[in-house]
Amino acid sequence: MAGDAAARRDRGALASRLIQAGFLVGLVVVWYLAATRWGVNRLLLPNPVAVYDNLLDILRSGEFIDDLETTLGELAIAFAISVAGGLTLGYLISRSAYWIKVFEPLFAAIYSIPIILFLPLFVLFFGLGPASKIALGASISFFPIVINTIAGFGHVDPLFVTAARSMGASDYHLFRHVLLPAASPVILTGLRMGFTTALLSIIGSETLASLAGLGHRIVHLAEAMEMARMFAYVVFVIAIAVTLNAVVSALEARGKRN
Amino acid sequence: MASKRHFTVRILTRRAWLARLFVIAALFALWEIAARWFVDPLFLSPPSQVVASLDKVFSTRGVPAALQLTLFELAVAFVLAVAIGLVLGLAIGLQPLVRRSFFPIVLLLYGMPQVTILPLFILFFGIGAASKIAFGVTHGVFPVIVTVVAGVQNLKPILLTGARSMGASRWQIFRHVVFPHMVPSFFAGMRLGMSGVLLGVLLAELYVSIAGIGYFTTLFTQNFDPTKLLGLIGALAAMAIVLNAVVRRAEAHFAQWRTE
Repeated sequence: MAGDAAARRDRGALASRLIQAGFLVGLVVVWYLAATRWGVNRLLLPNPVAVYDNLLDILRSGEFIDDLETTLGELAIAFAISVAGGLTLGYLISRSAYWIKVFEPLFAAIYSIPIILFLPLFVLFFGLGPASKIALGASISFFPIVINTIAGFGHVDPLFVTAARSMGASDYHLFRHVLLPAASPVILTGLRMGFTTALLSIIGSETLASLAGLGHRIVHLAEAMEMARMFAYVVFVIAIAVTLNAVVSALEARGKRN
Repeated sequence: MASKRHFTVRILTRRAWLARLFVIAALFALWEIAARWFVDPLFLSPPSQVVASLDKVFSTRGVPAALQLTLFELAVAFVLAVAIGLVLGLAIGLQPLVRRSFFPIVLLLYGMPQVTILPLFILFFGIGAASKIAFGVTHGVFPVIVTVVAGVQNLKPILLTGARSMGASRWQIFRHVVFPHMVPSFFAGMRLGMSGVLLGVLLAELYVSIAGIGYFTTLFTQNFDPTKLLGLIGALAAMAIVLNAVVRRAEAHFAQWRTE
């Protein structure tokens, strides 16, 4: 009986894999037919074969390196700023139940505003260069980090703290062995969310107003009507974003296990 | 004196919202001081001046129409995102095989940085309202699908079997069993969908716009007119907060039946 159920489950999993594969293959086939047979304008939908060739060319020539460096550099600085600021401020606020009550709703309210609105302001302050992207990325990703840090440190069971104190734990020991392990799962989630939003907002701000970076490259190619190459870059950027997010999620999962 | 200070401290400790107001006021004061004495007025203007010239922003030719247009884009995109998300979510969530096959694809698409294909939306839909609406829909639809699927998944099979064995029609099952059960998660999805729609529409507006607010943010930036720019951004932020609050209220209201 158990074997039957397992076999049925395997067949179900196999069927859904097949459907997934079929769906993706079908999508590419429809794309190919639309571009070659059904006469969809080449400017709207380039031939997938041309996109593939362009992608290979981009990877082989290495022309993406400058833009990738710009984008990843901005991302690294923005994320470092928001992590440093978010963790520090979050920890300090979480030390008092009163400060939590004061600041948590404030941060939550600001978090619900689409901060991308302020991009024109950042461009006005910091120019079209990397600085405005870093400022935007840092201020957007600051909020999930600080909110989760407050939630993590602020809601440690007081019983643990009292117990550790009564057994004579110093401040350092309390932090290292009680607060940090209790808070880290929530904080790690905040860091992951912060990273994802930082990546998104940096590519987004490069798309909207910039002089360099992957987002800028895509817009530039779109404006030059080089659609096949633009699609290739879109695929490239999506692959990088998906990879980075997968790596960060894996790190999060590993951090939570330890 | 001492007792008076004590009294103030006590009021502040009891009323967190008062302290919150105080923090906000302090931030505005900091901004005012920075803008008045330290920063070039070409880049930043003090909040007092921004507030005082709010009426000038709204009397700028085209700004009220632009706000109206943006609000219209948001409303249409939100309705479409919720309707499409609901239909797709039900289609995916109600059949286990379909769910196992297509839900991972939905999650994959949800995780992609859609902003990379923003230029394509402009090419497909033009630089008018259609491209903003479309971009808003693609941002808002995924959270709705995901939460509808999650909501349907929580449904106990015995309830479906029970309703069916008592002869309920498909519509009756949906109306009286499936729908009440997914209401809480559906409204959570609507809230997430609203933030998605806001993000998508504003991104597209800021990218290129001929009549929406994106046109005016660009105009004010290029004219180095931070007073009007801040006023407009402030108005939009207020709009976003109100829209989010409305959806949040609706969510709280419709999630009540479970706890009652």
